Amino acid sequence: MNYPLMTALELRDMLARGDVSPSEIVRIAFAEIEKQEPRIHAFVEVFTDRAVERANELEQIPKEKRGPLWGVPVAIKDNLCLSGKSTTCASKILEGFVAPYTATAVKALEEAGTIIIGRTNMDEFAMGSSCEHSIYGQTRNPWKEECVPGGSSGGSAAAVASGEVPLALGSDTGGSIRQPAAFCGAVGLKPTYGRVSRYGLVAFASSLDQIGPIARNVGDAALLLKVISGHDQYDSTSLDVPVDDFSDSVGAGVRGMKIGLPQEYFGQGLDTIIKERILSTVKNLEEMGAGVEEISLPHTDYAVATYYIIAPSEASANLARFDGIKYGWRSTQARDLREQYAETRGEGFGIEVKRRIMLGTYALSAGYYDAYYLKAQKVRTLIMKDFHNAFKKVDAIITPTTPTTAFRLGEKLSDPLQMYLADVFTIPVNLAGLPAVSVPAGWTEQCMPIGLQVIGPALKESNILKVARAVEQIIQTKK
Amino acid sequence: MAISMDKNVVKYVALLARLKLTEQEEDKMARDLGDVLKYMEKLNELDTSNVQPTSSILGITNVLRDDKPVPSGIEDKILENAPQRQGRFFKVKRVLEK
Repeated sequence: MNYPLMTALELRDMLARGDVSPSEIVRIAFAEIEKQEPRIHAFVEVFTDRAVERANELEQIPKEKRGPLWGVPVAIKDNLCLSGKSTTCASKILEGFVAPYTATAVKALEEAGTIIIGRTNMDEFAMGSSCEHSIYGQTRNPWKEECVPGGSSGGSAAAVASGEVPLALGSDTGGSIRQPAAFCGAVGLKPTYGRVSRYGLVAFASSLDQIGPIARNVGDAALLLKVISGHDQYDSTSLDVPVDDFSDSVGAGVRGMKIGLPQEYFGQGLDTIIKERILSTVKNLEEMGAGVEEISLPHTDYAVATYYIIAPSEASANLARFDGIKYGWRSTQARDLREQYAETRGEGFGIEVKRRIMLGTYALSAGYYDAYYLKAQKVRTLIMKDFHNAFKKVDAIITPTTPTTAFRLGEKLSDPLQMYLADVFTIPVNLAGLPAVSVPAGWTEQCMPIGLQVIGPALKESNILKVARAVEQIIQTKK
Repeated sequence: MAISMDKNVVKYVALLARLKLTEQEEDKMARDLGDVLKYMEKLNELDTSNVQPTSSILGITNVLRDDKPVPSGIEDKILENAPQRQGRFFKVKRVLEK
């Protein structure tokens, strides 16, 4: 078997037939990880003993009681809790923290029969677009080691793209699943806000965060999405709505679907080659029976500024809990409690996290609240209305996922604003709470992957999966 | 031309955030935050006087349930994470003056 190239569904079927056992799969996965890690460094910890035990446990389960992903190895981002294991958000401030409980989405993974292989690298507290802001050091792009894998779920995307694991979970606050998926040539899906429980996900910006799947193809992403979706009593923002069988949507075809192309996403700053590849793919979709029309999302240009007020404001409140009292790092340089808070946080947080805490604290402080936070919440309304109006006419919207392909390590580190602008096409979706998926739409001449983003109306993950699968078919025939 | 944030404002915001910054970090924050706040001024191009703010995209305001205590069963695991503890308590530095 060619493990690094196999999809989760192919592996699942081999396992179900008994061609290979979960224990053998675990051995194969760790051998692949050992081979790839010196080159890409996607994992911050592998759970070798736990995975071996887990495979043995799974082998005891009778055939009729096995979950839909029985024996399939998966990885989780280092901001998701797994009871008894460390969760650090790639930050010094969570050094030594051992999760006392398991995140609902991770629990769902295990109930589906998967084997959790390890936790993956990320930008500290999911703040970043390159996976360079990590105490564990940077992850590299599997396609070109001088380039970033994207972020913040760069470890999860690189682990999937390099063949280490067929599936991984990431989290997406402003593009953190879709952008690294695009940079690494994987499929990454951000569900509708409220589709997946956030219980056990370390909070960054609570009105924007969602957990979602990263996979090698659309069918796998659909199955993993179904596994983790659903209402959870421990997250009052998780929606109590029926979960579709997303796998049924995959392959339903795009005939009769209406697809919108927002002009604001195809202008200045977009690489020519990306533009060409996206538009030629759209032409192919038209040939497959989809209707395509140009649309406008007039407030697109204001999304990054809006996001960088709202997300840091929420983060500054969420990260107040990291003070060295109950868990993690504690400074020894303090004389009293107040000093202990400030010293602990000064020593424990990296520069980008500090920058965002400062930005958020400033935006929420007396005298500035109306000018920044309230203003941003109002512009957020306008951005949501843009999408709402567009979805009166179309079933899905296609854009590039990113304005460029993966940039070089270090290229944007010294200029935070340039780093923030790397997420210009993914951020509006989080502000509007919509589902979106990034699917590979070919490669540049330098063999760097290009990501195509499909955005859908709220709770219409089935729409974006249909379009994404059609894109996948187009790319496969072109190869 | 980059506009820096006033260094005294940086110090004040760091105090509010309970965040100790080095001299070097204060300079960096003043520059970086100045740049980012300048970029945010573009929101003032939009007239939002008749726009309602959005805080939740779900339109949910309150989610209520019965206030019934249930055992979590993880108290020990939580306490094990404490950097310093005394019995079943978190140990912290002095809070009040003697």
